[in-house]
This record gives sequence, C-alpha cells and structure tokens, in this order.
Amino acid sequence: MILYDAHHLAPCYAVRLLAGCLGATLDLKPLDVYPGHANQTEAFLALNPLGTLPVLVDGPCLITDWLEALAHLALTHDRAWFPAEHAALIGWLGMARDLGASAGAARLIDTFGAPGDAAAARAQANALLDEVERRMWFGERIGQDWLIEGPHPSIADLACFVFIAPCEDGGLSLRDRPALRRWCDRVRFLPGFVSMSGVFPPMANTGR
Amino acid sequence: MLDPARAHETMLLGVPLVVTINADGTIAVQRVDHAALHQDERYGLVWVCLGTPTRGILPIPEADEPDRPIVVVGSVGVRASGPRVIENFLDLGHLGYVHARYLGDDPHTRVLPYTVEPLPEGGIIATQCKMFQPQASPAATEGFMVDYIYKVERPLATCLYKANPVQRDRFDIIFLIVQPVTEETSIAHPLLLCLPDGTTPAALRAFQQTIFMQDKPILENQVPKRLPLADGAELPIAADKSSVAYRRWLSAIGLTWGVIRADEKARAA
Repeated sequence: MILYDAHHLAPCYAVRLLAGCLGATLDLKPLDVYPGHANQTEAFLALNPLGTLPVLVDGPCLITDWLEALAHLALTHDRAWFPAEHAALIGWLGMARDLGASAGAARLIDTFGAPGDAAAARAQANALLDEVERRMWFGERIGQDWLIEGPHPSIADLACFVFIAPCEDGGLSLRDRPALRRWCDRVRFLPGFVSMSGVFPPMANTGR
Repeated sequence: MLDPARAHETMLLGVPLVVTINADGTIAVQRVDHAALHQDERYGLVWVCLGTPTRGILPIPEADEPDRPIVVVGSVGVRASGPRVIENFLDLGHLGYVHARYLGDDPHTRVLPYTVEPLPEGGIIATQCKMFQPQASPAATEGFMVDYIYKVERPLATCLYKANPVQRDRFDIIFLIVQPVTEETSIAHPLLLCLPDGTTPAALRAFQQTIFMQDKPILENQVPKRLPLADGAELPIAADKSSVAYRRWLSAIGLTWGVIRADEKARAA
C-alpha cells in the first residue's frame, strides 16, 4: 500500500496511526506540501484532482478521502476497528471531519500561515471539544474507554484524536478537559501507536 | 513559500503588514497604515525594518560558498516570545527528551561541560558542545557523538555549526531567524546551509519541520511568556550556561521586546 503523505497534516497522520495499530506496512511517499506546494503539481493533481492529502493506493483501489482510507484499512485488516453495527460510527466520523474544519484549521492557520479565520475556527472547535469532553466524561462514568461503546477503539477514536491531541498548536487547550486528556493517554498507550511531531509518545519511563 | 494567489497578512513588532507577490515575481511588503518601511530580500527570506536601519542584514559568509545551497525550511508560527524561541534553540538539555530518537535520547541526556564566550561584535558563542544523537540529520544512518558550536549574533538570530560527517573540516549550518510578531508570539524562519549529502531539499525541510514542531508545544507552555532577564528569575543549572549568557547580553544591550527586564517587577504571564 502506498500512502502519499505530508508529515504535518493530521489526516495523513490518522492513516499512519491506524496502520501502526493494525501492524500494516505503508510505503510512504512524502510530499513537500509546505512550503513546496507539491500537492498542486500536475502529476499529483492527476492522481487526486482535489489536491488533498493523504491519498492511499491499495492495488487497484485509489482513495483520496482520509476517512475512507481509514475505513478501507480497518475493513481489510481488522473489522474490530470498524463497528458498523453502531450508528454512532457515522456521527463520530462526522465529528472528526468537523474537528478538522475547526481545530485542524486553527492549527494550520496559526502554525503554517494557511488562509482562514483562526478566531472563528477556534470558537467552533471549543464548542465541539466541550461536547466531546461531555460525552467522554459521562462515558467514562459507565466504564466506556472509547468514543463508541464496546471494549475496542474504533477508527473514530483515531480520526478525532489527530485533531484533539495537537490542538494546542492552534491555540486550543485540554487543560479544562480532563476526560479528553485521559482518552488521549489511552490512545497514546495503544499497541503500535506512532506519534506525529507535536503529539508526544508515551515516555519510556512511564506506564499505565 | 508565499502563495502568489493571495496576499499574506502578518505582523512585525505589533505592526500589521501585508505581503504580496507581484506579477513580475517581486515581493512587496506594505504596512496596513501605508507608512514607510525598509524591505530587502536575502537568503530566501524577506527582511523588513520598520524604522531606519542602523546596520545591514546579518552577514552569513557561508551563504556565498558555491557548493552550499540555502534551503528555506518553511516558517512556523509559535505562541512564545522571540527570545524564548532563541533560548530554546541554544538549549542542549532538552534534546534527549523533546527530540528523543532524533537529536538525543534517554539515557544519553547528560549535558557535558561546554564553553560560552562573548563575541567581539556583540552576542555570544558556545563551543565544545557535544551530544549523542541517534538521528543527527536525515542522512545519518547511526547514532554518534556530534560536536556543536552555537552562535547568537543578533538578539533574534542564532545559528549552530555541526561537523559535516563527510567533509570533516567543514560544517553544516542551521540558522534560526525569529520574526517578533507580538511580544508573546513569533514566527520562526529556519534556514539550512548544509553541504550536499544526497538528501533532497524536501527531506531536509520535513526533518527540520518535524524537529521544530516538537519544540512548539514546549515553548508554548513556558511561563511567563516573555523571557525574564533578572538573575534568579528562573533557576538555571550548569547546562544552561548559554541561556544565562544570552539573557545577560540581552540585558546589557537593553532589549525590551518580548522580555521582562531585570528592573521590571516580574509579572505573571
């Protein structure tokens, strides 16, 4: 499987993270998106006319949507990550996309000078983070570790994690969101976890 | 890295600026209030002075060496004062933790004694710095003890010299130029002047961005946001010798931007 990748983009990180958890090997093709705009070259636009990353190529299958790429990896490697029997999976994947358009956008604007309204993105992100915190907090009270009920994390956890864990880069904070901090730690201690710059891996001398 | 399709809004010392690329490829910087400014381009960066320049842009003699390409890494915004960003660049102690598996590693975290001296033209130089680095550069295939020299020649411009693994009598040089946006926010502009070792500019950029994005959350959590210059305002250890020298030099030249002056009562951030 080939992944056209940019090290600093959260949706690319989500695919690398899931592959790590699944033990799947990706052939990474890094693109100089920032500052090189390599995603706007003719060659790349021929692959993905939208110019977005990541792009996952698995045999004849070419996937240009990052959530679809997560679903594809889970369905072809370990369906425990894709709890299709829960309608909430759809809701949480939508939440992940909304987090990308808010917390993710604030991070890109503040850190990499992307165009957009950082204050508006942060306001929207704060509303979403409060809601995820609220649901996680009550979930923990009834013994749930993950966003979707059941003992196993899902692609929704990872899809939300990649925006929530590095949210400080965009001027947001988890300081008053303890359930989200605990949930981030649970993700960080998953077997096969890989980090992204700005998302710290568990230290060697810490454990659960 | 400027996008020709749009105007870029930025800020220098609290003054809003608009940066655009003209049709002929030249870059124009304007103050939003249309007051005059001085603008120049060098080393792949645009340099702006809001007042009257009293000296030229920082000279980098190595930039003229024909076999040494300049790679602009890509600017990174950080919610920390400019002097905090420079101080972090000088810090050997964090390499084994923040950049674990790249520029240092647990348990090789000890900072060996090094020397710090003033530069004749102002600024400081730290020599005989050594650190075990598992992945010193994208081309490194194994960990080794890396020799460093750090130099700060201007308050918000610093560089390090790292022995080139192939041409041992020459150095790879990494510059960090910090744009002071407000007193508590900055944009870091790293520059690489490395001898070619087969690594593509894209790979060099990705490596340095990875390193800097690891520093960002650390810097953004430092309190107070402005760098305190009073002796004893923070608790330095022997490994922080270059930081102490940097702070004293900033005090001596009377820098006021992004710092808590020694004579100013320390305020909470």
